[in-house]
Amino acid sequence: MGILLYSLGLLVISGSCVLCLNRFAKLSNYVGAVGAVLAGMMGVGSLFLNSSPVPLTLPWPVPNGFFSVAIDPLGALFLFIIFTLSALCALYGIEYLRHYNGKKNIGSAWFFFNLLVASMVMVVIARNAILFLIAWELMSVSSFFLVIFEGEKRKVARAGLIYLIATHIGTLFLLVMFLLLGNSHGSFDFIEWSVAPTGFLPSVVFILAVVGFGTKAGFMPMHIWLPEAHPAAPSHVSALMSGVMIKMGIYGLVRVLTFLGMPCLWWGYLLIIIGIVSGILGVLFALAQHDLKRLLAYHSIENIGIIVMGIGLGVLGLSTNNPVLIVLGFIGGLLHVVNHAFFKGLLFLGAGVVLQQTKTREIDVLGGLLKKMPITGLYFLVGAAAICGLPPLNGFISEFLIYFASFKNIFGSIPVVLTALVIIAALALIGGLAVACFTKAFGIIFLGEARSAHCQDAHEPGVLMRLPMGILAGACVLTGLASPLILPVFNSIIVDLSGVPQDRVQPVIFEAVNPLIWIVMASLFFYIGLLLFMALRRVLLQGRKIDSVSTWDCGYARPSARMQYTASSYAQPIVDFLKGILRPQKHGIALSKYFPSDSSFKTETADMFQETVFRPLFRLVHRLAGKLTWFQHGRLQLYILYILFTLVALLIWKL
Amino acid sequence: MVIKIAQFILIILLSPFLFGVINRTKAFFAGRKGSSLFQLYYDIFKLFQKGAVYSTTTTWIFVAGPIISLSAILTASALIPFAGHPSLVSFDGDLILFIYLLGLARFFTVLAALDTGSSFEGMGASREVQFAVFAEPALFLSLAALARITGTLSISDIFSNLTIHPLAMGEPVIFLVVGALFIIFLTENSRIPVDDPNTHLELTMIHEVMVLDHGGVDLGYIFYGAAIKFWILGTLLTGIFLGAHSKGWAWDYVMFIFGMMILAVIVGVVESVLARLRLIKVPHFLIVSLALAVLALAFTMR
Repeated sequence: MGILLYSLGLLVISGSCVLCLNRFAKLSNYVGAVGAVLAGMMGVGSLFLNSSPVPLTLPWPVPNGFFSVAIDPLGALFLFIIFTLSALCALYGIEYLRHYNGKKNIGSAWFFFNLLVASMVMVVIARNAILFLIAWELMSVSSFFLVIFEGEKRKVARAGLIYLIATHIGTLFLLVMFLLLGNSHGSFDFIEWSVAPTGFLPSVVFILAVVGFGTKAGFMPMHIWLPEAHPAAPSHVSALMSGVMIKMGIYGLVRVLTFLGMPCLWWGYLLIIIGIVSGILGVLFALAQHDLKRLLAYHSIENIGIIVMGIGLGVLGLSTNNPVLIVLGFIGGLLHVVNHAFFKGLLFLGAGVVLQQTKTREIDVLGGLLKKMPITGLYFLVGAAAICGLPPLNGFISEFLIYFASFKNIFGSIPVVLTALVIIAALALIGGLAVACFTKAFGIIFLGEARSAHCQDAHEPGVLMRLPMGILAGACVLTGLASPLILPVFNSIIVDLSGVPQDRVQPVIFEAVNPLIWIVMASLFFYIGLLLFMALRRVLLQGRKIDSVSTWDCGYARPSARMQYTASSYAQPIVDFLKGILRPQKHGIALSKYFPSDSSFKTETADMFQETVFRPLFRLVHRLAGKLTWFQHGRLQLYILYILFTLVALLIWKL
Repeated sequence: MVIKIAQFILIILLSPFLFGVINRTKAFFAGRKGSSLFQLYYDIFKLFQKGAVYSTTTTWIFVAGPIISLSAILTASALIPFAGHPSLVSFDGDLILFIYLLGLARFFTVLAALDTGSSFEGMGASREVQFAVFAEPALFLSLAALARITGTLSISDIFSNLTIHPLAMGEPVIFLVVGALFIIFLTENSRIPVDDPNTHLELTMIHEVMVLDHGGVDLGYIFYGAAIKFWILGTLLTGIFLGAHSKGWAWDYVMFIFGMMILAVIVGVVESVLARLRLIKVPHFLIVSLALAVLALAFTMR
């Protein structure tokens, strides 16, 4: 516990320091980042060095609050991704923020960054509901200030506002949830909550948790803040938010599930439905986007969907007493949490490089960047292949486990079989769509010819930006190869989480390790094949003539870069096929006459839920709130009178 | 183990032969004499002896595409049984790896196509990924149906446990799965009625147009990969028809290779008598295969 608290202290101290050093932009940039990097390294170190840290409880002058913190295996997993990714993002941030020198308040950016990291750590280690909620709120507020880093832009300010409202609506549900739980146990300490409440309460708490934590995690349809806030934030912050912060919602949900005892049957089904809807719609909307960071944000929703499918299977396993589902479902979901942190962090950092070098996020005006920045391009490619779940990278391993859990259950009772089959079909569909989406993202941005002048001056970023991406890309490759060694780590997490005894968890893990060993062998086989065919090609081409010409254009004399396929045209067949769901809007001037003059064409796809659910809903709220204006007229004397009335009413009620 | 390696080598050696059979069949229908049965071997050999021409637009992705695709397809072929005998690599859940390896091959073929910056190849790439979106779930569900009736999760075990003979028993599950798999087989191998392997005109721009700029060794790799992919997906179909193996390995081998040739003839006949579908209809065709797979699964629940 000690080292961890020191690293927490370091975050707070370095964060406060930069606030004081605000005038020296350069210095504050380094102090803030170094604080976060060192804290991250210490944090990761503490997780590996100290296997069973002692819980700590200190008195705290807050009613019902105790400053009690502890680390358990589940928390350690989340702490690992918090510390790793925050250290890497901080390193990247040094160079990324340097460009804002003198234009922006870098000191406050680092203050909120470090505060965000510290508050996420607190969320994970908190063992008291009040402490948890305070940390949760700190996390939301500090990330809000990071989102509005460029708040002078209207779009950014609007995104920040949407985020602030969404996250507070989520917190509202959590507040009610914790009050209900605390009330029924007579205490707000998690340690007192080991006995599950009875009756309807667990189901009510579960629903509140799904809505509250789901808002943070980005479950559809509570996701609408994600595609707004992620693109608005600076890229290293988007990486941290998408890679780690939204996972706090998953952490919270899993943590609360441990307080509720045996889950009802429908909980698992509800989670699986949410997972499938988020997964499929997330990737579909991603495919229809032309803004790189917005596309990645929708992909986070898709991956959260996959994670929730895994956890839903686990919960279903708990209520049907099915150890295979419990173990493989939870491991698949939780491993995907880690994997997604790696590749989505990597992709957002890569998107940051693209944005910084070309000053645009529009995929359609980019092109040919691989030649200008070969290393960044390679890293982005690794991330893109990993997020599609392609072997031999890490994304495949976690998706394999969820597939495997489902396939193992296609022989049982009909409801479970149907669930398993629906999950298999959904994952396959998501996989196919993800390949379409990321061949588009990588292919249009990095391959072909530059589509506009934006790409002219693009070049490789400095080492501080390349190194974090390199580490994450390496992690994607290595996790894919080391999966049989990683799986047993989850043993204690599952035992803690599910209450299933060790001797029933172990055999299932062993059953899953065996295929993973084979997958690693097949991966090695694949890599050897690569080397062999590369060597064969080299030998065959030795001494032969290798020419360079322009791309074959069927004899057309003047090809131009604008004739290439764009992101919109690439995705068009799928988007049009599913236009009933996506409702893409097309704007443009159609070609007419024999010698057409200027014409243009543009498509955009707005969020279905935002347009059909939230916009009407908030309009209604606005209208209803308007009816209350007679009550709020701005006269202070009457307000004081209201307070007096309330106090008297409370007094009478208490008598 | 030695036998398994020998079988793996046989797949590598025999697969280009089937293309010769298809072309002969098509030639027969057209009233031509047709090329040699070994034409693809000659073609690959010829391509391996050529130099290379690269577009100035392309990057290393263009070269890596065929290499990664071939390696992925070869790895996938190690998961596929031969004549009902277990494959080189088989484990519980290998069917997931199999489908994803084909996905990996597609991912890099598509990227190599986009690397040329040609709108033709972009068009092909876009269509390829669109069709895969429908084909992949159909393939997963078809294999799930087979897994359900055999009670196993590895491709090798599925085919060695599949003792129901489809014609004798009239088992609807098998019929439906065969229908679904045949559609996927034609799609994945870019055959008529989904794609036309003979041309790369705009109307049919899918697989052939994606490899328009490749030449020399790279094109040789692509041809080889296509041949192996044809073989391994074809094995899923012939494997169902041949069912269990019993009369000694020599008989099994002969029957299996004969079965693969029949399959090639069927593909040749389909290509000779059918026209290619309109591109807009292809997704509907693929949804038929998805529907067949779902129906097959429904029948397994009786």
